[in-house]
Amino acid sequence: MSGPISLTHNKYYSWCRDNLFSSWINGIITILSIYFIYEVSSFILNWTIFEADFVTNFRGERIIDRTFCSKNIEPGQHGACWAIIIVRFHQFIYGFYPVEEAWRVNLVYGLLPFALVGIFFDNLPFRKYFIYFTFLFPFIGYFLLYGGIGLDAVGTSKWGGLLVTLFLGVTGILLAFPLSIILALGRRSKMPVIKTICVIFIEFIRGVPLITLLFTANVMLPLFLPEGVRPDNLLRALVGVTLFQSAYMAEAIRGGLQAIPKGQLEAAQSLGLTYWQSTRKIILPQALKISIPPIVNTCIGLFKDTSLVLIIGLFDLLGVGRAAVADIDWAKLHYEVYVFISLIFFIFCFLMSRYSLYLEKKLKTDNSN
Amino acid sequence: MSNSFLRRLIFDEKIRSLVIQTLLIGIFAIIIYIVTQQTAYNLEKRGIGTGFGFLNMSAGYDISIKLIPYTSDSTHFRAYLVGLINTLLIAVCGCFLATILGFLVGIIRLSSNWLFRNIAYVYVEFTRNVPVLLQIILYYTILLYLPKIKQALVIFDIFYITNRGIYSPAPIFKDGFSIVAWSFVIAIISTIFLKKYLKKKQEQTGNQYPIFYINSALIIFTPIIFYYIMGMPLDFNHPVLKGFNFKGGMVIRPEFMGMLLGLTIYTAAFISETVRSGIMSVSKGQREASQALGLKNNLVLRLIVIPQALRVIIPPLTSQYLNLTKNSSLGIAIGYADLVHGFGGISLNQTGKAIEIMSMVMVTYLTISLTISLFMNIYNKAVQFKGNA
Repeated sequence: MSGPISLTHNKYYSWCRDNLFSSWINGIITILSIYFIYEVSSFILNWTIFEADFVTNFRGERIIDRTFCSKNIEPGQHGACWAIIIVRFHQFIYGFYPVEEAWRVNLVYGLLPFALVGIFFDNLPFRKYFIYFTFLFPFIGYFLLYGGIGLDAVGTSKWGGLLVTLFLGVTGILLAFPLSIILALGRRSKMPVIKTICVIFIEFIRGVPLITLLFTANVMLPLFLPEGVRPDNLLRALVGVTLFQSAYMAEAIRGGLQAIPKGQLEAAQSLGLTYWQSTRKIILPQALKISIPPIVNTCIGLFKDTSLVLIIGLFDLLGVGRAAVADIDWAKLHYEVYVFISLIFFIFCFLMSRYSLYLEKKLKTDNSN
Repeated sequence: MSNSFLRRLIFDEKIRSLVIQTLLIGIFAIIIYIVTQQTAYNLEKRGIGTGFGFLNMSAGYDISIKLIPYTSDSTHFRAYLVGLINTLLIAVCGCFLATILGFLVGIIRLSSNWLFRNIAYVYVEFTRNVPVLLQIILYYTILLYLPKIKQALVIFDIFYITNRGIYSPAPIFKDGFSIVAWSFVIAIISTIFLKKYLKKKQEQTGNQYPIFYINSALIIFTPIIFYYIMGMPLDFNHPVLKGFNFKGGMVIRPEFMGMLLGLTIYTAAFISETVRSGIMSVSKGQREASQALGLKNNLVLRLIVIPQALRVIIPPLTSQYLNLTKNSSLGIAIGYADLVHGFGGISLNQTGKAIEIMSMVMVTYLTISLTISLFMNIYNKAVQFKGNA
């Protein structure tokens, strides 16, 4: 702000000068950046929208397989052929779920936000009822998805796409949460046996890749169990994912526990509360509150990592995508499929990371007064 | 009597915790006993023996990427070694490149130029919110759409870029090259002593010496001089197109490149965030104070900001290295012959020794993880505050 005062010294001018043209080098960088952005965005826009096929190709014909895609007819055409996504949309969102039963999945998708909103926002009106619904939701969801009383049973082998991704992500996180609290408390326990067990479990899980855990759950679980018991593939993956997530979440919660001053526990005990009373009423509410942002970060990681189940033969979003790419009728449309899947993952993960940032900000202001 | 014993059981903390722990050990022992019995029964039923004898049997499959000699006649243990080396190779290369890219992007994110730093921001948000597996598959697909062997992209008549890999000349070391290599090592060691000596002299006399330039010259020119003295003991074996494939030279396979690109680009986004927050954690006063002392901008960065930022950066950087190493196990999705793909996949399917092989793979990863943690902790101790804490 040390420049000479001139007539052009308005808000926009000074912003541009400070942020884009503060020096010679900065000016050159700005111009190169503009060129770069222009090139990249024009390429992306042309490919995804302006030159792309959606339902019909450039001749106006309806696209029923890859030979109808504009880029496969005309050498000059380079745009994306989104018809593969449109034709296979059901598979991406529901997997092999029967078409006439898809409303059940839709209902679960529709109810999911109501089940989660109570956990996410503590200043919500009627929050108590939302929380009740959260606890009820797993049973409603199970009944709707799997079937039962009055509804046709749909086996998990027919589930796929976004359904499997969300199922593994949400269920894995929900199941891992209580387990991770036990592990985090156990790791800080004064009893050496409990402490050792928890430390070994957490460090072991965190030291090996998720894919080895999934392999283990997939190959070894049937070896450990009696002959009649054959957990289906989705359940095996869920076991692996839950154990994995619980170890990482436990570390996030341990961070929160460590941040609580010792005086809190001592004060609670001097009031005559037992270990469990003080933990449940004094320590955990405070510790969980600070550890929510890191917990959300581990959840983002897990949501992305659910894509690994394709390696053990499950059809999650990416698995369905790979199947779509391998289909002869639609072969070689890799980029369309992968870009579409990336976008879905991006939207979920980006929203979660924004939420985590919002919480961090809120926490800062909460603590300052 | 029994009443007071029960009371003590419940209200005496020491006895209570003893009882709980004994019970827990007992329960665990029972569970482990039942599971082992069941597993032994299941294995016997399926006709699968136990033990590590299979390691000495012939593996019977080939591996495309190998740094040590390996044929399909080699043993499963050899396959394990090949996989382990490939895992370490991709992990080391990935960590190295991700660190460079991550630091670069992290510094760009702090640039005073609004456009420039937001390009970096978009890169970070897009890469870290998309699964690394998806990225690996995507980059691998792009590499497979490179020109075919016959229409290879040629760069300077040296590199051939094809959909089967990047071909480059392979060095052939002749007699006397080891002397050149040793001169390089000795040059590096001598720079360390020279630096100490010149620092000491600077403290005594106050004269500054261009340490950086002297040392760079020493490291660059010593091997070159020895190279010519020994009569240029280095030759190159150029790749030549013969029939349908290149003969000779070196090749970087698309599986390796795909893994490297995926791991590097993904992890660099996370590293850039830790670098950014590390640099931001150094208070503004530090920078202003050093500028007030008359230090130039690059010296402020090198002597004041980065040493303090490193204290904050190293611990999260360690966990990023660990993540990258663990993510290198995703090679199986695109056929990169790492530990999980070859030994944990094909060997497991052939022998059926799930328990032995998976435990070997897991113990190996645990060892790698612990080793990285150990070295990074040593480095972390070295950069932390010393003395008055």
